[in-house]
Amino acid sequence: MWKRKEDEYVPPAAEPTPSPSHAPAAAVPTPHRPPEPVRSEASHSHEVATIGKSVVVKGELSGSEDLIVDGEVEGSITLRGQSLTVGPNGRVRANIEARNVIIHGRVDGNIHASDRVDLRKSATLSGDISTARISIEDGAFFKGGIDIQKPEPGAKIEPKPQVSAAAAPTPAPTTSQGTLLETKKM
Amino acid sequence: MAPSIFQKLFGSGRKSEDPDIVPGQKVSRRSTGFSEFIKGISREQNLKILDLGSTSPANITFMTGLGHRFHQEDLLRLANDKSLLLPSGDKGTAIDVDRFLRENLTFGREEFDAVMFWDLADFLPEALVKPVIERIQVAMKPAGTMLAFFHTKDAGPEAPFYRYNIVAKDTLELQPVRGFRLERVFNNRHVENLFREYASIKFFLGRDNMREVLVIR
Repeated sequence: MWKRKEDEYVPPAAEPTPSPSHAPAAAVPTPHRPPEPVRSEASHSHEVATIGKSVVVKGELSGSEDLIVDGEVEGSITLRGQSLTVGPNGRVRANIEARNVIIHGRVDGNIHASDRVDLRKSATLSGDISTARISIEDGAFFKGGIDIQKPEPGAKIEPKPQVSAAAAPTPAPTTSQGTLLETKKM
Repeated sequence: MAPSIFQKLFGSGRKSEDPDIVPGQKVSRRSTGFSEFIKGISREQNLKILDLGSTSPANITFMTGLGHRFHQEDLLRLANDKSLLLPSGDKGTAIDVDRFLRENLTFGREEFDAVMFWDLADFLPEALVKPVIERIQVAMKPAGTMLAFFHTKDAGPEAPFYRYNIVAKDTLELQPVRGFRLERVFNNRHVENLFREYASIKFFLGRDNMREVLVIR
């Protein structure tokens, strides 16, 4: 019962981060573990912005880094060259433009992904998809059209029969690059 | 690896990826009707195909691999949305057909070259069968093709609902899905009557108490 289910989207456990004010003495574990930035499933090389599950954004959202949405977004999302992950609590009513789009939650809107769209088993998508590659897990619900943009002959389209053991995402500070931001009090 | 005592007592803790899919009961089935359907759409690329069955990654892969555009709408799941039910006198509830058609199958005229209807006519709520067939006809291009399956009376009332996954140009994989009951059985005359506004209809002898039909718009 304590075994982590690797095929589920699991809120990441906090990991210790060194504080610059501490003397570099013999290692003593710190009792508190401040959260680290969430890592996008598609990119691990740079920072990721996050919209937490209590956050509601209405408007045009754009940025030049990966984004994780686990709250609500209404409007449009433009992340050219970057990755968007809609978490299991995410509710997006927006057209999306990004390089990769990974969906665990709900999206109502059209998606244009220059590289890949990935619908996980808990995903619900109503809208059209235009992308080079697509992967849909059993259990995902999809309503809409798919237009595969093949950049060159032999572009791969991969059905996803099993979820690979993905690294657990790390916890998110609630930062956002949205142009409008309001916090919904639960 | 043998299950631990915790797994034996509490289960493995792993849910099937789709809780409505009955695990371990997939059946492979060759289909003449499907084979003819695929021949018809393999002559050209960039056709627009409509799949009205359950979301199937295999179908998306297959059709986009042929170079076609693909549209998916899980018709039976949408038709069983409980929010569509309206109170109806003493009888209980009735489905809001107008609302269903406002929210679903909202296609342009003559949009699709081919439609995979599978055996949905046998499972849809009664009130939706004819309106859905009429809506599809409007959405199909002239000379477009629709593939449909119909249970024979020998199938029995417990015939399962399947997700049809395309595995090859003449082969389907049938994956039973919980939660839907066979509502009716069409005879040949009923099938002809259902598609009377279409240009032509061709029957194929199917297997497993199933009739296969290709309908030309």
